Amino acid sequence: MESTANKKENTQIMEEKFSEKKGNKFWYLKGLRDGIPIAMGYFAVSFTLGITMKNTGITPLQGAIMSMTMLASAGQYAAITVIAAGSGYLEMVITTLIVNLRYLLMSCALSQKVDSKTGIGHRLAMSYCITDEIFGAASLVEEKLNPFYSYGMVTVACPGWTIGTFLGVALGTILPERLSNAMGVALYGMFLAVIIPPARKDKVIACVVVLSMAASCVFSIVPGLKEISSGFRIIILTLIIAGIAAYVKPIAQTQGEEGKEHE
Amino acid sequence: MNNHYYLYLLAAVLAIYAVRALPMTLIRRDIKSPFIRSFLHYVPYVTLAVMTFPAILSTAVVLAYVDGNLFRVAIGACVMVYLAEFFCI
Repeated sequence: MESTANKKENTQIMEEKFSEKKGNKFWYLKGLRDGIPIAMGYFAVSFTLGITMKNTGITPLQGAIMSMTMLASAGQYAAITVIAAGSGYLEMVITTLIVNLRYLLMSCALSQKVDSKTGIGHRLAMSYCITDEIFGAASLVEEKLNPFYSYGMVTVACPGWTIGTFLGVALGTILPERLSNAMGVALYGMFLAVIIPPARKDKVIACVVVLSMAASCVFSIVPGLKEISSGFRIIILTLIIAGIAAYVKPIAQTQGEEGKEHE
Repeated sequence: MNNHYYLYLLAAVLAIYAVRALPMTLIRRDIKSPFIRSFLHYVPYVTLAVMTFPAILSTAVVLAYVDGNLFRVAIGACVMVYLAEFFCI
């Protein structure tokens, strides 16, 4: 038991030494590479968004500008609905805030993931890059998050999303269904690649993942709960499940327990 | 529609950016509270798990419905997941 702990420490020290060598360029290039599956998924999904825009009378250029500036799927659908209904600007602000509330949680998590010395400029730029997928990939980083990793991913992912939207509005057709689905699965594959490896190493995370999936299933089947939008489902379940996990198994405490075992 | 569109868009962009940027810029220090730190540690796993399941089933099912060939569906899904993992890890 002690030897494994030592090994863990050693690898940690080695990783720390290694990460010092990983400069901004390393992270930017890694971001570009990891952004490719995200861009593929975005490209496929944004075609469908383009159709909705076209039906609302939005031009390809307008659609592309919206995709580039908002970089959000559910958030954009909501925005299009507000525009189509001709509701007020206040309603637009409130709807957008509510539909995208999960980004608030992700931003909180990322604020602890970056080095506390990270400047305000990088923080503002990184905030633009917070999407479900980029957040997922960023969570996978074991050391402190380098802003250039997010920049690399968004460099590839944002054009995928924007061009897909433009073509979706302009062509008014979705991609061949088989291709679209195959590319769409890439996003889920990515999510799984983020959550499964840590779940295999850590029983608590495994429990959290299984519980989250089960609860999500319940929310998609049970009448009443089913009507809750996916954005709210994510927020509600995150507050409950991550809250319970933090209460039952705080991360500092698990480390303390390991220490006790050695005694 | 044109001018209105961009005003609407401006409102939406400001709102969505505020949601993304406020915690990032306001929480500048490392949080000490073990509960909040643990909570934030678990956040990605819950959000991503909830987003993936059961939504992934519908994609796979649609793929199965369109193609109808179980073997190809399974291989297709596997290849995509493999590619994604290949790029991500």
